[in-house]
Amino acid sequence: MGAVASPRLRRPAEVLRGLAGWVKGERGAGLFAAAVGLLVLSVLLPYWTLHLSAPQYPQGLDVKVYLTHVGGDVAEVDELNHYIGMAPLAEAAPVERRLSLVGVGIAALLLLLVRYTGRRVAWVLVIPVVLLPAIFAVDLFTWLVRYGHSLSPAAPIHLDPFTPPLLGSGIVGQFQVRAAFGPGWYLAVLAAALAVAGSAVRARGCRACQWASRCWAVCVEQRAGWHPGRS
Amino acid sequence: MTRTRFLTVAGAAGLAFVVAVALLAGRPAAQGQGADLLSVARSRGLSPDEARAALETYVPPGKYDEALMFASGGQGGQVLVFGIPSMRLIRVIGVFAPEPWQGYGFSNETKSVLQGTAPETVGPVTPLTWGDTHHPALSQTGGDYDGQWLFINDKANSRMAVISLKDFETKQIVENPNSAIDHGATVSPNTDYVFESTQYAVPFPKTKYVPLDQTDYNASYRGVATFWKFDRARGRIDPARSFQVELPPYWQDLASFGKGPSDGWVFVNSFNTERAIGGTLEHKPPIEIGASANDMDYLHVINWKKAEALVRAGKATVVNGMKVISLREAVAEGVLYFIPEPKSPHGVDVAPRGDYIVVGGKLDPNATVYSWSKVQQLIAARRFVGRDPYGVPILPFKEALAAQVKLGLGPLHTNFDDKGNAYTSLFIESAVAKWTLGPPYHPESEAWKVVDKIPVQYNIGHLATYQGDTVRPLGKYLVALNKWSVDQYRGIGPLRPQNLQLIDISGPKMRMLYAAPVGIAEPHFAEIIPLSKIKAWDVYPVGTNELTLKPDPNAVQPGKERIVRKGRLVEVWMTAMRSHYTPDHIVVSRGDRVVIHITNIERALDATHGFGLNAYNINLSLEPGKTETVSFVADKPGIYPFYCTEFCSALHLEMAGYLEVKP
Repeated sequence: MGAVASPRLRRPAEVLRGLAGWVKGERGAGLFAAAVGLLVLSVLLPYWTLHLSAPQYPQGLDVKVYLTHVGGDVAEVDELNHYIGMAPLAEAAPVERRLSLVGVGIAALLLLLVRYTGRRVAWVLVIPVVLLPAIFAVDLFTWLVRYGHSLSPAAPIHLDPFTPPLLGSGIVGQFQVRAAFGPGWYLAVLAAALAVAGSAVRARGCRACQWASRCWAVCVEQRAGWHPGRS
Repeated sequence: MTRTRFLTVAGAAGLAFVVAVALLAGRPAAQGQGADLLSVARSRGLSPDEARAALETYVPPGKYDEALMFASGGQGGQVLVFGIPSMRLIRVIGVFAPEPWQGYGFSNETKSVLQGTAPETVGPVTPLTWGDTHHPALSQTGGDYDGQWLFINDKANSRMAVISLKDFETKQIVENPNSAIDHGATVSPNTDYVFESTQYAVPFPKTKYVPLDQTDYNASYRGVATFWKFDRARGRIDPARSFQVELPPYWQDLASFGKGPSDGWVFVNSFNTERAIGGTLEHKPPIEIGASANDMDYLHVINWKKAEALVRAGKATVVNGMKVISLREAVAEGVLYFIPEPKSPHGVDVAPRGDYIVVGGKLDPNATVYSWSKVQQLIAARRFVGRDPYGVPILPFKEALAAQVKLGLGPLHTNFDDKGNAYTSLFIESAVAKWTLGPPYHPESEAWKVVDKIPVQYNIGHLATYQGDTVRPLGKYLVALNKWSVDQYRGIGPLRPQNLQLIDISGPKMRMLYAAPVGIAEPHFAEIIPLSKIKAWDVYPVGTNELTLKPDPNAVQPGKERIVRKGRLVEVWMTAMRSHYTPDHIVVSRGDRVVIHITNIERALDATHGFGLNAYNINLSLEPGKTETVSFVADKPGIYPFYCTEFCSALHLEMAGYLEVKP
């Protein structure tokens, strides 16, 4: 047996460069793929959480708002809410919940289409994913206002209309309430950031592209790739 | 600076810092409110030992006891659950008597258990409203508590109950068809069988009338050893697979299953082998005198694996629905042997390794210890010194002995610790004796010696050490179940509580820690299990039937509540939640049969509701998730409010409704 060649040790900078290259991929493709992955993952996680604590609930109660449904201790919170005449949580945002998956799907699909589009159109496809976290927050806030301002007058306990906190702490009855965006929302924000970063990487590549002057709606280089005969 | 010198300096500086912190932290604490423990103890008149005991048993609010003690509730017909070491009464479990707090005996489900009308009941069962619980037995796997089930007998009516430790509710009661009064409940090492033995002999079969005179008593009265088959998968005793062994009309008493080398055998004490039946008005000696005439009674040694095989081979006869191995068959097949034991014993307890059998003499100052290997050899060699009037072979007393240990007056019941020691209650002496077992627990030179004794207040019956009747005793704690409290509690009238005392057995000397009065009935016997072994549910999954612990077909979801009338039957599917019932009006006509299925749709811990109905003797306890059914005939016209009997919420008083019975 011959001597075993010792493997060449790579320098950290080299490793980082390799990693960066892998993440960016060809004109940011890796970043877009990661953004799509995070977006899909975010659907499985709560976008917003509400933690309620009171003496008789040592563990506290948690409401978890996902894009598609409400989870956590909803039954108990609904039960408590009926005393102040608040509608059941699961009845909120029926249209948004039904459309959310379609919306996220379209946003993800558009990200996947970026590589086939010309540089002047590509940034348009990134808009939905960038807006998603904001749309969620605004919509949630309108529902919080609606719920807090449409308390049943027949409820046993009369409260002045109020808006539950979208973020931060508050006190409702004996409950100390803490509201925060959930891991799903943060993943969506990260997905948006990656998509923007991907766009930037791609724009740099496109500026250097030999077809730069000729591309508009469709990426000419990709089209060239589709016809392997052309140089 | 050298390395060594640096370390020295650093070490000294560190030490100085620690001392400074300790001084600073200690000073304000010592002056702080209530922080000077010594002055607190002094002001309360506590001795240093008492103050220490208080610290060792105090469980602050929000913290948990390390173990649970399941004690029988005696004439209350219940099971009592205490925390150890706090000795706080944490739960009461209704078993043989209606228990309104749990709604036990009011809903159709619990009524069927209590009255024995549930499936799998044998023999004639009358709707009894009391029982006398004596011997709780936790289920075992491999001779160790597994925390799944609890069995308890009703001495007064020869019944056995099964309690699930998932929800601490009674699931089944079976009545012994061939016995009137039973004593002892004990389980085999893997809970294949729950054992009880007859106490006071009656005609066999029980349904036959035989006059009470000596000749007839001797000829036709019998005891039985009952092996209730436990079907663990279904969580029920299966009477069809249970069996009995016919015994002479001696009064059988407590029993213990063998384990390890003695697995497959069960040991049963007896007294009144004189077969005294009393007759005080006819100037015959009372039973207590007649039954104590002989110096020896018989320890029954029963080969239950052989008996089980005989039953499988079809050698049993069916008596009142139970398979019974006859006395003749038991003798012929080598199922039953006797060994003399000092008269009127009480406890028979098998050492953790299954090698010694300890009998408490009660009227004899000794703990009599039999060696299982010697007993086995005697049986194998058929070394019999004679036979009793029923032909049962008697083994020689002296040759079966490992030792007799002189403990004191009235040795009664023995448990064990993790260091090879035995603890025996001394009834007459009002004390607990700690003594050493022989090899392999202790070398011969230290074996069979009393090493400590502690007085208890007063007249101790049974005792319980931590897991003390299993193959893995844990030592640490002993609870003395004292029958009399005499002067321990004041200002409570003539009926005195029982007195349960917690004793520390972790050191060489036993130390009294705490006493808990029990003012609701008389606990006889107890078992202590680590809390970590109990995997109880916190709430039921919504719509659970408490007997099956599975979804109840009559569970109803919110929005699906309804009232359906069919002729004279009015059936209601109701939900309960904070703070209303749906529906809250039920209108029926006089004479209608009303069936109400109520589901507590709550999921929050402790969100229990009640359902108390005026004038109809109904109260239910609906723990979160439970579905219960109650039925009654609306025979009294009028307006009857029903309401939540468990304070559930701020609008608890508003949780009410009306039953309207039209004339």
